Amino acid sequence: MPAFFLRGLKLRNDITLIKKFYNYYRRGCSVNKTKQLFAGVILMALGLGTAQADYTLNLMKGVTKVSNDIYDLHMLILWICVAIGVGVFGTMFYSIYHHRKSKGHIAAQFHENTTVEIIWTIIPTLILVGMAIPATKTMLELNDIEKSDMTIQITGRQWYWDYKYLDNDIHFESHLDEASERTHRTVGADPRAVPHYLLNVDKPLVIPVKKKIRFVLTSGDVIHSWWVPALGWKKDANPGFINEAWTSVDKAGTYRGQCTELCGRDHGFMPIVVIAMEQPEYDAWVKKTLEQQKQKPDLSDQSREQLMAHGESVYLKNCVSCHQITGAGVPGLIPALTGSVIATGKWESLDGFLRAGTSKMPKFDKLNGKEFAELMTYVRNNLGNNVGDELQPKQTALPDDDDE
Amino acid sequence: MSAVIDEHDHHADDHHDHGPAKGLLRWIVTTNHKDIGTLYLLFALAMFFVGGTMAMVIRAELFEPGLQFVDPAFFNSMTTMHALVMVFGAVMPAFVGLANWQIPLMIGAADMALPRMNNMSFWMLVAGVLLLASTLFMEGGAPNSGWTLYPPIVLQPITVGKALPFAVFSVHLLGISSIMGAINIIATIFNMRAPSMKMMDMPLFVWTWLITAFLLIAVMPVFAGAVTMLLTDKFFHTSFFNAAGGGDPVLYEHIFWFFGHPEVYIMILPTFGVASTIIPIFARKPLFGYASMVWATASIAFLSFIVWAHHMFTVGMPIAGELYFMYATMLIAVPTGVKVFNWTATMWKGAMTFETPMLFSIAFVVLFTMGGFTGLMMSIAPSDFQYHDTYFIVAHFHYTLVPASIFILMAAGYFWLPKWTGHMYNEKIGQLHFWLSAISVNILFFPQHFLGLAGMPRRIPDYAVQFADWNMISSIGGFIFGASQLLFLYIVIDTIRGGTGEKVTGEVWENAAQHSLEWTLPSPVPYHTWTTPPTMVPTEHVLDAH
Repeated sequence: MPAFFLRGLKLRNDITLIKKFYNYYRRGCSVNKTKQLFAGVILMALGLGTAQADYTLNLMKGVTKVSNDIYDLHMLILWICVAIGVGVFGTMFYSIYHHRKSKGHIAAQFHENTTVEIIWTIIPTLILVGMAIPATKTMLELNDIEKSDMTIQITGRQWYWDYKYLDNDIHFESHLDEASERTHRTVGADPRAVPHYLLNVDKPLVIPVKKKIRFVLTSGDVIHSWWVPALGWKKDANPGFINEAWTSVDKAGTYRGQCTELCGRDHGFMPIVVIAMEQPEYDAWVKKTLEQQKQKPDLSDQSREQLMAHGESVYLKNCVSCHQITGAGVPGLIPALTGSVIATGKWESLDGFLRAGTSKMPKFDKLNGKEFAELMTYVRNNLGNNVGDELQPKQTALPDDDDE
Repeated sequence: MSAVIDEHDHHADDHHDHGPAKGLLRWIVTTNHKDIGTLYLLFALAMFFVGGTMAMVIRAELFEPGLQFVDPAFFNSMTTMHALVMVFGAVMPAFVGLANWQIPLMIGAADMALPRMNNMSFWMLVAGVLLLASTLFMEGGAPNSGWTLYPPIVLQPITVGKALPFAVFSVHLLGISSIMGAINIIATIFNMRAPSMKMMDMPLFVWTWLITAFLLIAVMPVFAGAVTMLLTDKFFHTSFFNAAGGGDPVLYEHIFWFFGHPEVYIMILPTFGVASTIIPIFARKPLFGYASMVWATASIAFLSFIVWAHHMFTVGMPIAGELYFMYATMLIAVPTGVKVFNWTATMWKGAMTFETPMLFSIAFVVLFTMGGFTGLMMSIAPSDFQYHDTYFIVAHFHYTLVPASIFILMAAGYFWLPKWTGHMYNEKIGQLHFWLSAISVNILFFPQHFLGLAGMPRRIPDYAVQFADWNMISSIGGFIFGASQLLFLYIVIDTIRGGTGEKVTGEVWENAAQHSLEWTLPSPVPYHTWTTPPTMVPTEHVLDAH
């Protein structure tokens, strides 16, 4: 088998296709799954919904006025299409049933009728005008970013979102949560055991309800697109340019979405979580978050186990997307960390390398001294490496590191 | 109608050889429109299975949540290559193959106007597709930026390895090949029609291809230009699409879709032509509204140039742009509606029979209309803010491509194979192929509407568990659909090798000769035809006018 095929169809670790399906069958899942699936189909067909609470067949109504208007537009046009479909397909199937040679029907020979042709040009045009009026209204509403109460800057990056509250300096990154991250990278792990698999983040975006929030969107690398269906829209985040959008959420709650512009290998793994809070709770959150942001990192010594465990978290958040969970990298694109001279050489040069970045790798000077110690200890003593050293936060911290 | 054969005898002394060259060389050096048509069609069929295999990889990975089989980057390569192979390797060449076979037969021409260029455009296509396919074997893999090749992702060293220049050069070759094919078709239609055939006497298939050929000439250079700019941005430090150098990545999107929107109509207009050819024959009625069909095709082609940014509603355009592109896009529903109404009116009060080509054509009208409905829904810009880049659009364009373009290509195969080979295909297996395809294609794509509306983005290798059920159903549909196409392969081979053994008449289908010229020739069609042009044009609307 050609090498590319093996690489591409990398049956993760040693599992083969056959083994996988065999195990699947042996566990008896296949029978239950089929039944479950069948029941699901019937329930869904009846519009009763399944066990998954947030599952819909139709577009969701959402929690903003705009999303409700869009829902209404969607339903209006859907019903118009259904009506036209019933008319056209009804006529066609009537004809198919009755006007067939086997029933002895003799073909008529007419082949034009100007009146009819004018009618079926003009009526659709009028229907379209009828659609365009509400659509224009909603479009204008969606576009009206004036008079906002606060502004949040959203920056898409491979592969997380960066949120900056321009009114109060809150600034944080929002990554896929660790449970989903581990599960999608582990053979045989069960996605169903992870709550909100692939739709959960470590730090959600928090906003107050009933306030007009203006978003400015941009990107730090490639094009991303920020979409939370409950808010009713998505907007592209273009590198070097700024887009604007707004929302005003009616109901407190947690709303989930995903990146919707293909942005590379981990495009499917950069979700969005928005938590809308009542104003007093939001104010409390702002206070707490600002305080946390002012806290200096704890530079006290850690045991080797602690360093390795924390280091793994830092690795999962910042490195794993490119260098992979085994440290093997991607042949031809991304260097391996396993056995890498840079990773296993002097730690000072690794430290300098990480802070400076390269043309292919972003610089990681955003990490603090504590994280540097943890990450480097992990990379040098795991992922197939065994340098045997351990680095403490005090060694790796720069003088200005603690005013993070 | 044996004029052709007689003609052959008269000139036998003047030319040393009227038959095909012997052996493999025949297929390499041929300038015969029928041979080149066959090459195009067989190549397209092979690529249909290559692209289909990629689709099977995609559906296998999406069968369950979690990553089972492929790496996310390879998954992205599969979606990218599936699209490129299907668009440039399967659908477009298949229609060029049909054009090569049918246009000279239908207009009474002895061959295409530029036979040597015809040969060259086929072999450049093969070179282009092989160049593209070669990237699959390279370190770093095939392009994985989506078939739109958007910068900056396609220029990023950690995403696309060595593949970019190969993909760009491949696009150049495919573009040149398409343009040469289009020039040839236009030259043939304008210059080689039977003397008595006026433009408004031409079969609809010829009309739709004429219009398509103009679209090709207009937009392939635009795409070639766009990818060349990618190439210079990557290797010669230009900044067309790099904001840091004063460029704009959105500029690429505009250029790409100025090509991309007409491109999707390049794949659908000839489809309309074939449907308009098949339906009247099995309804035993003239096509309803011939003139309005021509004008609708031309209007759709015109509109295709001025609606491109509806692929970009969420990119951040000024409100005036959003509204303009919304209104212009909605307008496309009018001529498209006219076509659907005309096909329905053609069936109305006919005396229909339901052989395999007719079944595929009816399924095309119904399922293409469903794709049209979702297209109309997405033309509404504010709603598109929800639908864009989700499985809803995946469902939409697959409805307009698979049960539309692909079904019509199948229909064309069943319809003309007996003419080309002189053998009848096996109707039972044909019907089985139809029903399996028609049912499974809906199991495959219909649930994708639900997935998109429920919030599943496209181009993701893994998904949240609430999308699991419909994905599994969709994958099952996909596997059945994929397997069913092997029946078509069997039928093609079987028919070429003798089929049912039943000798077909020149007309093949009842009274087909009243509809179009090719049915006045014997079956199988002789290697050389219309060496003297036909004197009478038997399209029934023309007969009626006389």
